[in-house]
Amino acid sequence: MMDNRPRRLDEILSACGSALSRKLTSSAAEIYVDLPAANAPAASAYLRSAGCRHVAVFAEDRVAEDSHDYIYYVFEHPDDCRYLVLRAAIDLDDTAFPSMAAEVPALNWQEREIQDWFGLEALGHPNPRRVALHDNWPDVHPLRKDFSIDTVLPPFEGEQHVYRPTLGEGVFQIPVGPVHAGIIEPGHFSFAVAGEPILYLQLRMFYVHKGIEKRFEQLTADRAVFLAESVSGDSSFSHGTAFCQALERIGGVEVPEPAHRMRTILLELERIYNHVADIGAIVTDVGFVIANAHASRLREEILRINEELTGSRLLRSVVCPGGVRRPWDRDHVSNTLAALTPFEREFNELVDMIQSSDSTRDRLERTGILNPDQARDLGIIGVAGRASGHDRDVRRDHPYAAYDSLEIQVPVYQEGDVLRRMQVRIDEVRESLQLIRAAESGLASGPHRVSMPPLPADQYALGSVEGWRGEILYWVRTAANNRIARCRVKDPSLNNWPAVVEAVQGNIVPDFPVINKSFSLSYSGTDR
Amino acid sequence: MFRILKKTFDTGLVTIDYPDAPPRLSENFRGAPRFHLANWHDARPAAEACPTGALSIRDYGGIREVTMDYGLCIFCGECGAADQSGAVQMTREFELAVRDKANLVLTAQYDVSFDGTQQHLRQLHRGLQPVEQDTAALELKVHQAIHQTLGRSLAIREVDAGSCNGCEVEIVALNNPVYDLERLGIHFVASPRHADMLLVTGPVTRNMELALLKTYRATPEPKVVVAVGACGISGGIFGRNYATVGAVDQVVPVDVFIPGCPPRPHALLHGILLALGRIAEKQLPL
Ligand code: SF4
Repeated sequence: MMDNRPRRLDEILSACGSALSRKLTSSAAEIYVDLPAANAPAASAYLRSAGCRHVAVFAEDRVAEDSHDYIYYVFEHPDDCRYLVLRAAIDLDDTAFPSMAAEVPALNWQEREIQDWFGLEALGHPNPRRVALHDNWPDVHPLRKDFSIDTVLPPFEGEQHVYRPTLGEGVFQIPVGPVHAGIIEPGHFSFAVAGEPILYLQLRMFYVHKGIEKRFEQLTADRAVFLAESVSGDSSFSHGTAFCQALERIGGVEVPEPAHRMRTILLELERIYNHVADIGAIVTDVGFVIANAHASRLREEILRINEELTGSRLLRSVVCPGGVRRPWDRDHVSNTLAALTPFEREFNELVDMIQSSDSTRDRLERTGILNPDQARDLGIIGVAGRASGHDRDVRRDHPYAAYDSLEIQVPVYQEGDVLRRMQVRIDEVRESLQLIRAAESGLASGPHRVSMPPLPADQYALGSVEGWRGEILYWVRTAANNRIARCRVKDPSLNNWPAVVEAVQGNIVPDFPVINKSFSLSYSGTDR
Repeated sequence: MFRILKKTFDTGLVTIDYPDAPPRLSENFRGAPRFHLANWHDARPAAEACPTGALSIRDYGGIREVTMDYGLCIFCGECGAADQSGAVQMTREFELAVRDKANLVLTAQYDVSFDGTQQHLRQLHRGLQPVEQDTAALELKVHQAIHQTLGRSLAIREVDAGSCNGCEVEIVALNNPVYDLERLGIHFVASPRHADMLLVTGPVTRNMELALLKTYRATPEPKVVVAVGACGISGGIFGRNYATVGAVDQVVPVDVFIPGCPPRPHALLHGILLALGRIAEKQLPL
């Protein structure tokens, strides 16, 4: 099926001659190319000029194996369903890599993560301060292989982070968090305000960093699935699936078709329950509480369906390498999914209720604007990207599960305000309902999983899923005995926080909650 | 306006009666695993399959000690799938909250035969108590002071001390019209200074340790603390590591522990009411 898809990356790579010609490996899903670190910025600039998006950058400590650290640069092109990965080796006596954050702001946090986790310096980074390790941490680099996960660090005392000062007459600073007023995750926001309008916002994340990438390295692949499910609890199934896809590629395992369809149905149910909750939360933040009462009831209905299908409201312990853990009874599935018909009717009524409220529209329209240029520069993806003109969706662009056999409409808006971020969710809920029906109607009988062979050591692969927030990316390298040597996890939240900073500027403080909610990012997914 | 009212009437009453009436749960809901310890001949496959180490075995000197820690369990069902003997069953039990964390742990000692299977059950402990002797410990132990002061109306401050946000998904659900916490006189508040109870999730990251402590100190007496989920009780799948403290009770005193990953809203309700002395503690299924 993948063979008749466009393969623009081949052309792009061959056009650049020898610079990118040292192709390492190539598969149906990924192309790897080796290059010297010094050439990476030029290669990235070239690829971007050829229409590629710079998706991610991350590192790996291979000093014990071959005396090198490696930096990986991941790219995609709209006309190619594969990912292109450039790999740069860093010699032992070298402790730096060239920064591209000035040209590609989307890499800002990721490069600083490499500094924090590995102690490699991002040369020329415009703001090279710590991002993942707070300032009160000692000088440690937890993802180095010689750092033990149980290292007991000395007690941290006090906050030492220095925020950009807020100067000027009548200008104030409003610090918020890490413990917030609502039931949300912790993070620190520092607003500089002149009266009501926000001049700028500074973020401090990683309050819920719990060593997840390091923890992967202690687990066998089978157990690690449960850890992937706990990266961001509201996206358990998407994270678990992305991780399993990487393992399946490494193991060369074909997931049976029924399992693909089951995964598709569950991925879409996860999208629906979160989108419905967010729609309700957005209108609550502008005072439309009764609409949220209906929305939260509808979310509860999807969680009930989840439990009926899988035993778990949040779809935990369902996906596994090779398929899904338990078979489905065809009749039980149709009976359960029949509840989506009244759900859809009620969802439409909810949307009508919201859209017929002029005061709600008035608060959401032109609020928290992220224009398409900003979104492109910052590499904003997912719901927020599509509300700001960025037409990407992993389901369509890098098909997985049953998506290559399904028609997917991707909603895209240009205005980039809260209203459009809500509208993208409304459109996507409707699309998800169609996709579930289509996936269900083709659900043939057959195996729900194949058994995984022991994974070969020292192999690597990507797995990616369009979670309800956006692109979730896993990069996994195996170790001996079915263990994980390295697992890079990129939740879309990590990518999209800078969009919140941009979008709030010039808005009034009372609109911050609704703007923040319209992005609805995962702190745990960011901080891991 | 008329439309909104009509929708309200059309929707009717959706709120459940739990805990006054038993909850309606899906047949497929996966609650706590149950172990037929007296007739269990081989715990090895189940322990091998357990991803968290909640179920573990230790062999020494012809003896096998099987330990099951419901505070670490994520109810994944892998033990049940791996054990072919029928000694492990997934149940729909979720009312697992306890006041004493030790009571979440069952320990069984067996003689081991030459082929590695278990022969007979020598001893069974729940927490530190041998199981035969503690049948009387079932009765409702009410914290009188807490019950009188907080029993009828309660303000909760939720603190995420490093969870994956799964627990938050279920805690938020308590406010929806189906669970409607307020019908029980319980509500969430924005500040610890207005709170009677802290509902704490997560393995407590090093970066949240101080914030949790400050939140605790800011909460007026009398106060109760409830640790939510496998992570809050035991560090869960994350465990204790360079970035986590590994349990809520390592940082602040905890009155009630609610197992689950995440605990379903009924289980949260059960634990909260247990902390208030409004319902009784149940014993682990045996
Ligand atoms: S259900 Fe609990 S005890 Fe059984 S395998 Fe899963 S975590 Fe372990």
